[in-house]
Amino acid sequence: MAISEPHNRSRRRPVPPTTRAKKVSRPARTGPGAPVVEFRAVSKLYSGGDIGLDQATFSVERGEFVFIVGSTGSGKSTIMRLLIKEIDCTEGTIRVAGRDLDQINRRRVPLYRRNLGVVFQDFKLLPNRTVYENVAYALQVTGGTRREIRDKVPDILRLTGLSTKLHNYPEQLSGGEQQRVSIARAFVNHPPLLLADEPTGNLDPETSIGIMQLLYRINRTGTTVLVATHDQAMVDKMRRRVLELSQGRVIRDEATGLYARDETTREFAARLRGAGIDSPEV
Amino acid sequence: MRLGFFLRESLRSMRRNAAPSFAALATVLVTMLVLGVFIPVFQAATGAADSVRGRVLVDVYMKTSATAAQDARVRKEILALPHVGSVQFESKEQALKQQSKQDPGAFALLGTNPLPDTFHVVPDNPGNVLLVRGELTPKGPSGHEAMIDPAIKNVSNHTEDTQKILTITSYVKWILFGLTLLLVVASTLLIANTIRLSLYSRRREVEVMKLVGATDWFIRWPFVIEGVIVGAIGATIAIGLLAVTKIALLDPLASNWSLIAAPRTIGFAWLIVVLLAAGVAISALGSGVSLRRFLRV
Repeated sequence: MAISEPHNRSRRRPVPPTTRAKKVSRPARTGPGAPVVEFRAVSKLYSGGDIGLDQATFSVERGEFVFIVGSTGSGKSTIMRLLIKEIDCTEGTIRVAGRDLDQINRRRVPLYRRNLGVVFQDFKLLPNRTVYENVAYALQVTGGTRREIRDKVPDILRLTGLSTKLHNYPEQLSGGEQQRVSIARAFVNHPPLLLADEPTGNLDPETSIGIMQLLYRINRTGTTVLVATHDQAMVDKMRRRVLELSQGRVIRDEATGLYARDETTREFAARLRGAGIDSPEV
Repeated sequence: MRLGFFLRESLRSMRRNAAPSFAALATVLVTMLVLGVFIPVFQAATGAADSVRGRVLVDVYMKTSATAAQDARVRKEILALPHVGSVQFESKEQALKQQSKQDPGAFALLGTNPLPDTFHVVPDNPGNVLLVRGELTPKGPSGHEAMIDPAIKNVSNHTEDTQKILTITSYVKWILFGLTLLLVVASTLLIANTIRLSLYSRRREVEVMKLVGATDWFIRWPFVIEGVIVGAIGATIAIGLLAVTKIALLDPLASNWSLIAAPRTIGFAWLIVVLLAAGVAISALGSGVSLRRFLRV
């Protein structure tokens, strides 16, 4: 079921993303041109002495779709955790929408997080709530009224293709469906920035395509999307900006990159012929 | 509106986490039941010990020849001593009447009254009884005890018995106090621990809430309200059981058994208030405080 579903959904395509974009996109908090995410010489040293990030510098403009790739322990998750302010950096400055994360004190962290949408590998849904309630919770947290919830939640669940599962509990859903619920929850407030940490890490390739498609659709509404991933095939197919990390350093930043630096000639040829690359061996 | 939301949230979580909620409720119930039994028992026992101590007094026997003027003088002297609470006078006639009630034959045979006038001296505090006795019989320069007044024939000397009563009753009081304290501490820890366990099973939920941008108190209120509800229900059931026991078992016995009817035990209304407040406060505080650990995300 989980596998066949993305196909169905993509055929249906309930709302063309472009029409949604007008309704959804928000003006940037600060002046035009200010990057949504800016890392300046950011280092993170964990208490055990492990290096999370080492002098990482990069910035992400509004509306970009960025893949952060790299092997395990290269610092992808550190970037995510820094951005949601679960941890603080040891050195350097991180700005999100022009705001220095160091300046946000502990009590204001919840308010800051409401400007982010976050998607995790393990979905992190509330097990005691139905799909509808899980998404509604993100609105309730911000003080959303019942009317607002009634308006927005079914809408976003339709967009994510979950309108038939409103009253199911997370454990009754497949992995792909759960991930779509968590994307719906992340996006229901229309945050200017969406972070996804290995969103397809637990999913099979077919389901992953559906999830990526959804993230892409969200990106098309003007939301900046950062995706940390291991999923080579996905990165290669999407042809978006790629930021590669190794041992905490940014070692590559390409506007339309592949997962790995070089293509083999076989892949190159295959791409020129217009065929999909199913399993690039690099 | 907010309160309604929090209330719904806590009811929902109780429904969805029925087992841990029930465990917490049962813990509160049992603890409150034990406390509800033990508090009155402690008070009754302390009251009994106190009343035994209250009977500790010094008897001052006058010479049989003592005149009313001498009696009055001695009374004044006794009252002037430190640590004297009150003085009760028993004339020889009263003493005779009292004694002959117990053994009418013997005293009728005697013909005359051999009993002296007596002062029963009650110390201001049972612990001071020996001090008072010492003051009544100060040591003279020769080292022998003398009476403070020549009209006094004798001062009762139960030093050893008195000492025993005082030590034993004070031990009893301290042991009871220690037990009650232990019980209260154990109850608090037990309830706090049960709550902690039920929170622990939901720490992931709390983590997710924080990641979505919920403030600490937004997450905490439903838990605190849940604690209040669980504590109130548990304490109420405990009070109900205690009330049934009291009405069915204790009240009929009270007339025969002085310990139960001891005047110093807590009133039932007060017991209800204490138990309810303790149950609610411990479980609400317990959930609020225990949650703090999981809120650090």
